[in-house]
Parts: sequence; structure tokens; C-alpha cells
Amino acid sequence: MALFEARGVHKRFGHQVVLENIDLSFESGRLSGIMGPNGAGKTTCFNVLTGRYKPDRGRVLFDGEDITGLSPNAIACRGIARSFQTISLFDEYSALENVLIALPEVRERGFNMIEPLSGDGADADRAAAVLARVGLAGRERRRAGDLAYGERRALEIGVALAAAPRLLFLDEPTSGLGVEATARLSEMVRELKHDYSIVVIEHDMQFLFGLADAISVIHWGQVIARGTPDELRENKWVQRSNLGRP
Amino acid sequence: MAAVPTVASPWVPRGMALLLAVMATLPLWVASIGLYQYLGVEIAIWMIYGLGFNLLLGYSGLPSFGHGAFFGVGAYAFGLFQAWAFESLLLGMALAAVAAFVAGAVVGCFLSHRRGIYFALMTIAFGQVFWFVAIKWHTVTGGEDGLLNIPRPALELGAASVPLNSNVALFYFVLFVLAVVAVALWRLVHSPFGKVLQAIRQNEERARFVGYNVWLFKWAVFALSAAIAGLAGSLFSMAQQSAYPDVMSLHASGVIVMMTLIGGGFVSFWGPVIGVAVYFLARDVLGAVTETWLLWFGLVFVLAVLFRPEGIAGAWQEYVGSVPSAGRRNRGTEAPASHIER
Ligand SMILES: Nc1ncnc2c1ncn2[C@@H]1O[C@H](COP(=O)(O)OP(=O)(O)OP(=O)(O)O)[C@@H](O)[C@H]1O
Ligand SMILES: [Mg+2]
Repeated sequence: MALFEARGVHKRFGHQVVLENIDLSFESGRLSGIMGPNGAGKTTCFNVLTGRYKPDRGRVLFDGEDITGLSPNAIACRGIARSFQTISLFDEYSALENVLIALPEVRERGFNMIEPLSGDGADADRAAAVLARVGLAGRERRRAGDLAYGERRALEIGVALAAAPRLLFLDEPTSGLGVEATARLSEMVRELKHDYSIVVIEHDMQFLFGLADAISVIHWGQVIARGTPDELRENKWVQRSNLGRP
Repeated sequence: MAAVPTVASPWVPRGMALLLAVMATLPLWVASIGLYQYLGVEIAIWMIYGLGFNLLLGYSGLPSFGHGAFFGVGAYAFGLFQAWAFESLLLGMALAAVAAFVAGAVVGCFLSHRRGIYFALMTIAFGQVFWFVAIKWHTVTGGEDGLLNIPRPALELGAASVPLNSNVALFYFVLFVLAVVAVALWRLVHSPFGKVLQAIRQNEERARFVGYNVWLFKWAVFALSAAIAGLAGSLFSMAQQSAYPDVMSLHASGVIVMMTLIGGGFVSFWGPVIGVAVYFLARDVLGAVTETWLLWFGLVFVLAVLFRPEGIAGAWQEYVGSVPSAGRRNRGTEAPASHIER
């Protein structure tokens, strides 16, 4: 059974149908890709799957449990973490604090009003390890708002990773990055693949084709194609589209 | 051992020890500068109120313009307890805090899913409801006159009984409560709870997506802040020996906002403490010179909001160069500068 499944998901904003009968399934231990042109509904799809919006119809299942319509925090507590296409950090906090606050160990102590945030220091070590993993060693004390754009992109993933998630959703992690930074990020995601089940949205085909085990193509709010990168390379629609051309 | 040393916050930071020490000497010299003992009582009470209020405004980014309601609930609860039950200092104070906590918890249920302007408007509306009830519910609250002849019960310490009738004695008691509240809140703002509140202020959505029940945190801090206001209110009813609706008015609720902002509640734990001292000194010093002192004070407030939302504490941090240059970049109430724990 798939780790995560969406069945017949519909989402409308007013009269605009943004998601129409979406079926998706993501396997444990795999990197799944979601691809599609601008405005196709990819981010909306993540938003529905991670609890920001309730779907108008359809069901979302995680590890066999129905999580349709649960709040984002309830879904996060079940082990699903996500990053955002538009960077979304705690800008006044240091890089370390950004990760600390996202650790499940800290979350469990969320209503502790007496002890210091980092507890006995073990949590600070964990947070520092996460930062190292996303290439931010040495940047622990920098305010998130003062980091360079590429570093903020990395921290965006770090905050999601902090949860030690059973499933990690990344929404266009390379958005706004140059060629080199994209290559570095691609390496990082390749490393993460060993330890995490990941779903990545990208509209850069090269990026996904190099990394993903399976890809779903969303267009006009529907899944119009799915398969391995090799299968999709043969797909007429994918060939015709401009996806991934610089 | 932690690879990355995280700053351990001491139980009593140096600034706090200094503040309390200076305040403890106040009865010795306050008369010689032309002021009076009661002023110290008032200042210490409002510092408690301000520290609790800033938990909402500065730390959680939740602007409450109706906090006087909870201050008032505490004042009335203390007075009613002494009148209806029996005279007891600590029980009366505990009841005041609990009553305000309950009131805050109920109001918080209606507020906690809101933010920004909607949150502010709702607090005004609820504040007015409390104020109106206080005026109209004659049989309990005494209407516009309020509750009169509230006693100052003695502090019972086992065998000893310390009378608090003199303003100096009451001042030292209030100062002790201030010390307890300041230490507790200092711990709180550095605890996971306090850090989550600040995370919510910075980015509510992300806080939700890393797994925090934002509603519950807002609700809890609202009720907690109300309880502290109630505690301060109980001391105030003792100081004034009465409880009256005026402390619940929109004007009174606005004053605590003003104090907190002028002092620098957005950037410093000490903001409200500074703001309260400045407000009362302005009232008594400027007030002696001109009847329109509040106009001038209000003008300073407007200028502060326009040009220095970081307040006096922010200006000080900048002066001693302790604010990293980037901390100054984001002006405006939405983006408080960096290190609020200073
Ligand atoms: N909250 C909302 N209210 C109304 N319309 C929305 C909302 N969110 C998204 N939309 C609309 O839904 C459509 C799909 O948007 P979405 O952000 O999901 O696209 P996307 O595939 O992520 O595109 P991009 O590659 O540009 O990120 C767009 O037309 C967008 O305007
Ligand atoms: Mg998108």
C-alpha cells in the first residue's frame, strides 16, 4: 500500500475549478515528482494534501488513515512536513532557532513555560545537525532574515526536515536559484532521498528527471500523465510542452 | 555537550536585579525630589500590568485594546471577596487572578482565530461590554461609583502579620509581587512556550505547518495575560481602596498600549517597565507644569509610532550599538526588530 494517497480530490475557488478529480499516490522510500506549467494547480494540490484547504470532494489518506480536512498542525504532527514555494521562515529568529522550534522534541514541550528553549542542549545539537545537513553549518547564529537567498532556500528545507518527517513535501525548492545553486540543491535532495520519502514540485524537468522515481504531470488541475522519467520522456504532451527548457 | 552553545538565560538577569534594587530604595528619596510615596505603588502595579500586557502585544503580536477589562475584573473580584467573604490578602489576589483568567479564557475563545485589525476590534468590543456591565450592574459593582472602602488586608506570614496600611508597606509588597512576576515572565519568554508565541507573531502560518496549534497558544497567552492584569488590578483596588469602572474604559485600556509602545515593548522585555515609569513621571512632572500634559505625551506617542516603533528601549539598544544593523531595517508594527529578549 502506498504511504500517501489522494483519491478524487476536487478543489474550487469561487467558480474556478483548480483541482479536478486528482488521484495521486506516493510510495514510501521514493522521491515522487509533480510537474506542470505555471498556474496548473500544483501548489494548491500541496495545500489540500497538507491541510491548508479542505478539498470540496475526495479523500486524503496517510499510512491508511483518513486525514482529509484535518488542520495543518494535526497533519504535521502525524509526520508530514512541507516547505513553501514562497520562502516562509521565522525571520527574526536565528537559523538555529528556526530549526529548533520545528523539532518534534521541542513541540512536545510547547507548553513548558519554565525551562529554556534548548533544554539540556541535546535539541540544539539536533538542530545544528539539521542545519549541517542542508549546508548551513556555521550559519547557526545568523538571523534568518539576514541570510542570502540561497541560504534561505536551504533553511526553508531545514525547517521542514527538522520534523524528521515520514513524508516530506517540497514546493519548488529551486525557485529563484541560479544554475549552480540549483545543481547544489539537486545534490542535497539526492542525499535526502536515502533517508526520507519525498514529494517535490518542480516545473524544471531536468531537475525532476534526474531525481524522481515517479512523476505526475498536472495540467489544468488534472493529472494528465504519470510514470517513470523514462516513460514520460516518451510522452507526447511532455515532448510538446516547453517544460524544463530554460 | 551542545555543539552550539545556546544562551542560558539566568533566573534573575542583571538588569532586573538593578531595577528592583533601585526601586527598593525609592521610598528613601522619592519625597526629596518633590514626589510622593503613593506614586511608587502605582508605578509598580502598572509595571506588573505592562509586563503581562506585553506578553500579548510585543511577544505574540496580538494587539489588545480592551485589556483594562481584566484589570477591572481583578479589582472588582478582590473588592467583592473582601466584602462578601472575609478579609484575606493572598486569597483575594488569587481569586482576582483566577477571575481575570476565566474572563480572559472566555473572551479568548472568540478572539483566538483572529489576528491584526480584527483581533484589535474584537478586544475593543469586549472591553466595552465589560465596562458597560461594570457601570450598569449596580447591585454588584456599585455602578459608576464603584466599590468603596476596600480594605488593605494585612500580609499574614505564619505567626507574624504585616500591616499594609501605609503606602510604604504596600509599596514593598507590590514590589515583591513585581519581582515574582518579572522573574516568572522572564523564564516564560525564553521557554518553549514563549518562543512559540514569538514564532507565531513572526509567521503564524509556518508555526501551524510545523505542528503548533496556533489557536490554543493564542488562547492560552490571552488568558494568562488577562490573569496578570487581574493580579495587578487586585493590587490597584488595594492601593485606591476602591474599584471603579474607569479602569475598564477604552481610554484606560489605551494607556497601557501607549506605555508599552513608548517604552519599546516590541524590542525589549523591559519596554513596558520603561514606558510605565516614563508615563507616570510625565504625568506628575509635566502635569505640574501644564494641564495639557497628556496632549504632549500623546504627541510624543504619535511621533514614536511614526518614527520609532521600537520605543525607548529600541533607541537605547541602538545607542549602545547592541542592535545588529539589520535589526533596524524592518520598521513598523508588523516587523518588530530582532532581539526581544533584551
Ligand atoms: N487561495 C486562492 N484563491 C483563489 N484562487 C487561487 C488560490 N490559490 C490558488 N488559486 C488559483 O489556482 C490556480 C492554481 O494555482 P497554483 O498556485 O496551485 O498553481 P501552481 O501550479 O503552483 O503554479 P506555479 O508554478 O506558478 O507555482 C491559479 O489560477 C491561482 O490563481
Ligand atoms: Mg506553485
